[in-house]
Amino acid sequence: MLSLDRVTKVYRVGTFGGKELRAVNEVSFDIKEGEVTSLIGESGSGKSTIGKMILHLISISSGAIKFKGKDVSHLSGDALKEYYRNVQGVFQDPFSSYNPIFKADRVFTNVREEFFPDMQDAAWRDKVNSAIESVGMNPEHVLNKYPHQLSGGQLQRFLIARALLLDIHFLVADEIISMLDASTRIDVLNLLADLKLRGLAILFITHDLSLAHYISENAVILYRGCVAEMGATEKIFSHPIHPYTKMLMASVPRLDEKWKTGTTELTSKEIGTPEGCPYFDRCPVADKALGCDRFRPTLQELEPNHFVACYRYEKNG
Amino acid sequence: MNTAKKNEFLYFALKNWKLRIGFVVIGVFLILALIGPLLVRNDPFAYANPTGAKPPSSDYWFGTTFFGQDVFAQFVLGLRATFLVGILGGGLATLIGVVVGFTAGYRGGIVDEVLNMLTNIILVIPTMAVLLIIAAYLEVRSIFAECIFIGLTAWPWAARAIRAQTFSLRTRDFVDLAKTSGMSSFKIIFREIAPNMMAYLIMTFILQFGGAILNAATLDFIGLGPTNTISLGMMMQYAVMWGALLLGMWWWFIPPGLAITLIVGALYVMNVGMDEVFNPKLRET
Amino acid sequence: MSLQITDLKIYYQTLRGEVQALESTTFSMADGEIMGLAGESGCGKTTLGHSLIYMKPPMKYMGGQVLLDGEELPIWDMDRMNEFRFKKISIIPQYAMNAMNPTRKIGKMISELLGSRGVDFKAILPELERRLGLVKLSTSVLDMYPIELSGGMKQRMVMVLSTLLNPSLLIADEITSALDVASQKAVAEMLVEFRNQGYCKSAIVITHDISILYQIADSILIMYAGQLAEKASTETIIHAPRHPYTKLLISSLPEIGIKSTEKRLTGIPGNPPLLLNPPVGCRFRERCPVAFEKCTEAPPFIEVEPGHHIACWKEGETNA
Repeated sequence: MLSLDRVTKVYRVGTFGGKELRAVNEVSFDIKEGEVTSLIGESGSGKSTIGKMILHLISISSGAIKFKGKDVSHLSGDALKEYYRNVQGVFQDPFSSYNPIFKADRVFTNVREEFFPDMQDAAWRDKVNSAIESVGMNPEHVLNKYPHQLSGGQLQRFLIARALLLDIHFLVADEIISMLDASTRIDVLNLLADLKLRGLAILFITHDLSLAHYISENAVILYRGCVAEMGATEKIFSHPIHPYTKMLMASVPRLDEKWKTGTTELTSKEIGTPEGCPYFDRCPVADKALGCDRFRPTLQELEPNHFVACYRYEKNG
Repeated sequence: MNTAKKNEFLYFALKNWKLRIGFVVIGVFLILALIGPLLVRNDPFAYANPTGAKPPSSDYWFGTTFFGQDVFAQFVLGLRATFLVGILGGGLATLIGVVVGFTAGYRGGIVDEVLNMLTNIILVIPTMAVLLIIAAYLEVRSIFAECIFIGLTAWPWAARAIRAQTFSLRTRDFVDLAKTSGMSSFKIIFREIAPNMMAYLIMTFILQFGGAILNAATLDFIGLGPTNTISLGMMMQYAVMWGALLLGMWWWFIPPGLAITLIVGALYVMNVGMDEVFNPKLRET
Repeated sequence: MSLQITDLKIYYQTLRGEVQALESTTFSMADGEIMGLAGESGCGKTTLGHSLIYMKPPMKYMGGQVLLDGEELPIWDMDRMNEFRFKKISIIPQYAMNAMNPTRKIGKMISELLGSRGVDFKAILPELERRLGLVKLSTSVLDMYPIELSGGMKQRMVMVLSTLLNPSLLIADEITSALDVASQKAVAEMLVEFRNQGYCKSAIVITHDISILYQIADSILIMYAGQLAEKASTETIIHAPRHPYTKLLISSLPEIGIKSTEKRLTGIPGNPPLLLNPPVGCRFRERCPVAFEKCTEAPPFIEVEPGHHIACWKEGETNA
């Protein structure tokens, strides 16, 4: 449904904009309908930038984003509005997503003004009520309140309800439960699973491996703007190949087993060139003979729907 | 404002003595300016008292000038001029500041750079010198022209401050959400961003109001004020010109001088008070 | 007994009244214990941690006693606490990484801080350098500005600094929350190492991330809405909790290996009560599946098995 083709975001930094910072570097992946794809990465990996580029909140430096086969990288005006009818997002901080001086329902009113200006009051009320009910809340309890009168979990569901008012096919969920409490976050996560069953495609951006595993069919592991490993969630979690993925799996705190003692690699040994593998300086198996420091490895499909970008695991040597 | 917060602001606003003093002082002068003409018995320009200068009496409350004009009548008219300059001049400066600040802060990029450059240029130009040249060039000057001069030169700092605030607000998620609702930039600025800065905009206007009054008084005092009316600054200019200081005609220059000082002072005190109300860190406990 | 808290009660003074952030709290910690302090936001875990070291308004001391190594801490007196802070009890604050003065070199900052506590920087320098080595920081960081360090490096720096005088109790407030998983693991493991080396006798680790506690804590104390719910060894809390809240909380955590398509986890219906005017009795009763009439009285925090305390009428009675 939505595909990214070598999407890149370059920021000019430095005093005179002389330096380039590649926040996202030639990232390509597809998301099919009825599927959740997790985009996993640390802060600064570029995962949120990808979400914002899909939502047209940040421009694309090069590459293309296609929605249902149509290039949507440079939409504007009515075409962009039409795109928003189909593609919506929910963000990390529920409190920052609401204008603090207005009632929370304003997010619905804005949608009505822009997309359903001719709808009758009664019809609109029914539509809002059914959207709120479908995210598991009672409209009487949550409507007509200020954001601070609602909990984080309720606010996030509210935003999902807002997206459902439109005819959405694709949802960008950017760390939407990382600020929620444990007792309520799982319900919001389950809600995403329900939407998936209704045929929505979802990009679930997260830094939490266990959440990604719980919800998604496919996963993309991002490191410094580059895809390190991607494919079926099952395959990546049961059989991680990229050294970075392996390190993640070993460091993530779990409830079923304790950390293996062993030193975590923190200090970088050697700095590679900007053209090299982004993980070179922290990689325990980096090898200059393979060119790790000079050339960026490309994604190779090692088994069906399991791609890895690492010279150690290239198919033919 | 949500109700809880609104009540909190109101509570602190009523409790804040700086705000209360400011409001009372401005209120008294405003009422005087509004109902003053009803109390005035003489034409401010007419030579009402044939005997010339007289100290305050029951006939002439603030006394008469060197030429026998009614000081109180002039004072009331001058007060009106002062408030007019404050509202129009300060209002115009605030308006330009708001438009430039919002546009630069929200759009960013090249638009921001161009507007920022313009702001900085106006900021470093010696405003008073330009006002002098322009005022000297025009033969007949109305109070409205004075308002426009002041408004056109006083906006840069407001623009800069509003730009900075807009910059921080536009990165908030609710702005992104408004964008994905298909709202236009104009709508986002005025419906989502501006309401969050209401307190700030009010304070900006208050400061511009006071600044415009002070600027006008300066211009008037050096003889470049409006030619077809009287203002508090011009009263002081005439008083000084005709030797009121030397002749001890205190009733001629004290009322306008004191009024300007009190009005501008009250506005600044109000501003500090408002800052305390809106910024919890500054609240006196 | 390292730390013994009896009936500690802390409120917050606000415009709209008193927020009952921490109700009569009684528990103790053994020597050498790393105790995890967990719960949802607003449960009082941070209030509890901070009240032990730095009780500033609007925090309000309402009563109770805190004994550290048998000595009473005057926690209600900000000035008298100065003798204890840093030396006997120390904290790694949540935003420690941003708390450093950006215009001071780190070494200079440390020497000033030590000077203000009457400690000679020169004399302690060799020990400082040794400990930096232990957290894998080179001594050259002392000549750097805070901005030159990554988040994980700053966190380790603050950790060394706050334990430099070998305090008896270290309070670590959400020290791993802002870090990526690799740094998270490193910082957590270093904390255990510091305890093992005796740089701090015992520690309270405040976090919302229970899986981190499972990795490093000896015991876990679960709080709910300003009340203690359950305290037990880490294994017991994770694998055999008794309090209904702990049970629901633990079962709502997704682990790697669980998929939504195979096993649906459930959250806890409802929201925590507002502490401005909290319900009387057990504050969890409105969301509790086993609540009954007696829950309108506050349940005592009693020991049901050695080292296992809970505050619940239902579970407590079956054993008491």
